[in-house]
Amino acid sequence: MKCALFILVLIALITGLFSCRKMLPQLPEPEETLAEPLEGLTQEQLLLFSLGDANFAHVFSKEQGLGPIFVQTSCEGCHAGDGKGNPFNNITRFGKYENGNWNPLYNQGGPQLQQRAITGYLAETIPSGVSSDELLPMNVTGLGLLEAVPDSTLLALSDSADGNGDGISGKVNWLSPPSYFIPKSDHITLNGKYIGRFGRKASSVDLVQRVTDAFHGDIGITSDHEMTDPFNYTVSGLNGDNVADPEIPFSMLSQTVFYMRTLKAPPRRNIIDPDVQAGENIFIQTGCAKCHVPTLTTGNSEIESLDNKTFHPYTDLLLHDMGAGLDKGYTEGSARSSEWRTPPLWGFGLQEDSQGGMVFLLHDGRAKTVEQAISYHGGEASTANTAFQALSESDKQKLIAFLKSL
Amino acid sequence: MDTNDFNNTNGVFAHSFSFVIRTIFGLVLLNLLASKCFSQTDSTKTSQDAIYNRPFITIGKSSTAVGGYLEGNTNYFSEDGVSEGFSMEMRRFNIFLYSNIHSRIKFLSELEFEHGTEEIALETALLDFELNPALNFRAGILLPPIGLVNANHDSPKWEFIERPLSSTGIIPTTLSEVGFGLHGKLYQDKTIFAYDAYIVNGLQGNVILNDEGKTYLASGKNPEMFGEDNNGTPMFNAKISLANKKIGEMGLSYYGGIYNSFNLEGNIVEEKRSLHLIAFDLSAHIKKIKIQGEYAHTAVQVPNDLKGLYGSEQYGAFLEFSYPVLKRKIMGFENSVINTNLRAERIDYNVGIMQQTNANIGDEVSAIALGIGFRPSASTIIRLNYRYHLIYNFLGNPPAHLGGFQFGVASYF
Repeated sequence: MKCALFILVLIALITGLFSCRKMLPQLPEPEETLAEPLEGLTQEQLLLFSLGDANFAHVFSKEQGLGPIFVQTSCEGCHAGDGKGNPFNNITRFGKYENGNWNPLYNQGGPQLQQRAITGYLAETIPSGVSSDELLPMNVTGLGLLEAVPDSTLLALSDSADGNGDGISGKVNWLSPPSYFIPKSDHITLNGKYIGRFGRKASSVDLVQRVTDAFHGDIGITSDHEMTDPFNYTVSGLNGDNVADPEIPFSMLSQTVFYMRTLKAPPRRNIIDPDVQAGENIFIQTGCAKCHVPTLTTGNSEIESLDNKTFHPYTDLLLHDMGAGLDKGYTEGSARSSEWRTPPLWGFGLQEDSQGGMVFLLHDGRAKTVEQAISYHGGEASTANTAFQALSESDKQKLIAFLKSL
Repeated sequence: MDTNDFNNTNGVFAHSFSFVIRTIFGLVLLNLLASKCFSQTDSTKTSQDAIYNRPFITIGKSSTAVGGYLEGNTNYFSEDGVSEGFSMEMRRFNIFLYSNIHSRIKFLSELEFEHGTEEIALETALLDFELNPALNFRAGILLPPIGLVNANHDSPKWEFIERPLSSTGIIPTTLSEVGFGLHGKLYQDKTIFAYDAYIVNGLQGNVILNDEGKTYLASGKNPEMFGEDNNGTPMFNAKISLANKKIGEMGLSYYGGIYNSFNLEGNIVEEKRSLHLIAFDLSAHIKKIKIQGEYAHTAVQVPNDLKGLYGSEQYGAFLEFSYPVLKRKIMGFENSVINTNLRAERIDYNVGIMQQTNANIGDEVSAIALGIGFRPSASTIIRLNYRYHLIYNFLGNPPAHLGGFQFGVASYF
């Protein structure tokens, strides 16, 4: 009995050793994961990608400069698996209209609320008499492709005066870029302003700004681009933390930007499924594709994997009026409070895996199902909403099957 | 500093002093009461004796003896298909120094070199004074007895290369503390009652806001804790255990107190925040199967704005079975033993729900480990282990899968 048990365990372990691959967890299938690099990166680019990946996962402690007021302790804290977060990680932004102009209330700690603080410091609260909204963390994959789409493409897609009379009047968000912004040859400027494309309100021009703002506004980490800690304006004394600024080297910032830039596009699944294919046709027929534009093409890029590539994000990166139901009076840049940037739909089918096994849709995660999310579509999206509601249950399910294939 | 601050500061010190006096008085009283019920002579070893239950070499006629242990292993792990390949790890090289200063005064120290010279730590440096057989006074750098492993952590004693998750993720093994207190054993027939009670400087503020991104007691360790307390309010540690020579031993331990630096330059700059760690452990033999287990639970006061992100409650548990399948002379080694081993464990760093979604907060790990241990002598073990972990992140997304093999040796010398 003893010997038999021993031999059994020994065989199990030896078999394990000689068939390690069977006993060791394997890579998930490429179509089931977001956290992979673009195909075709060079070894040098893969090194940068890997370093950026580690930075993305890095958890900041109080001694490393976290805060003093902050939202999360790491990038991955909000974007688990490089996907969408769930409402636990919603960020809150505030500001108010004054004489018809939007005031982000920099002098009151705006526009972003840091609702947490390191010990000994006071977390922020929303000032009274302002408008605020919650924003759900977004996918961070495929952003390099979106960044590489020329401004001219966005201007061509925009139709701010609804010249074609289809009720859709996408517009670009013209912004004053931060001082560290370095324009590329395909950036277009208008009176010193540039086109924003990242964020719920398209308020970031490029990924450098996006990452700088996230380190600073979300984690309270200063960099060469943002040298002052976020602090609570209700406590006098510009009370930053006791860590010397910048709290991260420039290389950490640039590696993280490179990582974000070179994460692959979210993969498609079940493309040949007849329901998925039928759903895609319904998606186009109902007018969803007018804003959720299926295909875009990048311009020139120094990264070959991003250079002149055609891809399928299902967004036009433009601002659209979504109606009163999604308007809580908060905005950014030149966008009106009812205007939201069309969110890319790619990665839709995998978001459950990054949202804790549930689905949270729309800018604040209020919708738990596709049907709910579409029902909130007003303004320019009213026609598409009406068309969806008129579909048979079977066609609705085909449309949903298509969305889940993205 | 105004008068109120001075009064506040004085109040803290007065509270600490009073706490210490009350604790010591209570322990002495407990001992006196217990000694009426138990006899006071026996030489049976319990987990309390672990720090002296080690092989030592005495050189010449010196009253001082030296010993230690060495531990190394290989690692080959993969997490979701990503592996850093095969590597070797010189995990620990520990040197003990023991001295019998007097028949009733003992000295013990343990110096640890972890990963070569990457981390060097004085884990133990204590003096034991035997006041009577059931009442001993201990002072110095000591290993607070919390759960099964902290005060009994020598690798050659364990069948697995990795310590249990509950003993590292919840109980911050190895935790060394500066402190003093009392310990002793009392005997009644075949039952032994052992107690320990110490006052120690205690863990510090990095229990939260650390680079683990979660409530993590081990991050509260700080080399400065051997020099002074961070808040002038010591923590308290106690363990009571009952052992039966035929069945085994079970223990109940506590460690806790105020962990944050609430007092700066005499000013109260934060609210006092405390942590409490309770552990239950058992070690038993059922026929030839050795069973060891532990359950540890922490409650940590976290500032209101950090609640949720940092857990206010945590727990961890493991259960380990060891069965000797072969006991005989093997390859010339007399009394060799081959054990087959199984350990199941689980740890939850953040017990609670997310208010925003009403869903359970993740931050959990479940693991299983299998192993074979060959002991050519009682002091030496050669181990082959396989581990598999399911790691759930904060949001409770589908888990990461970690698995791998380890082969290692550990031996006292």
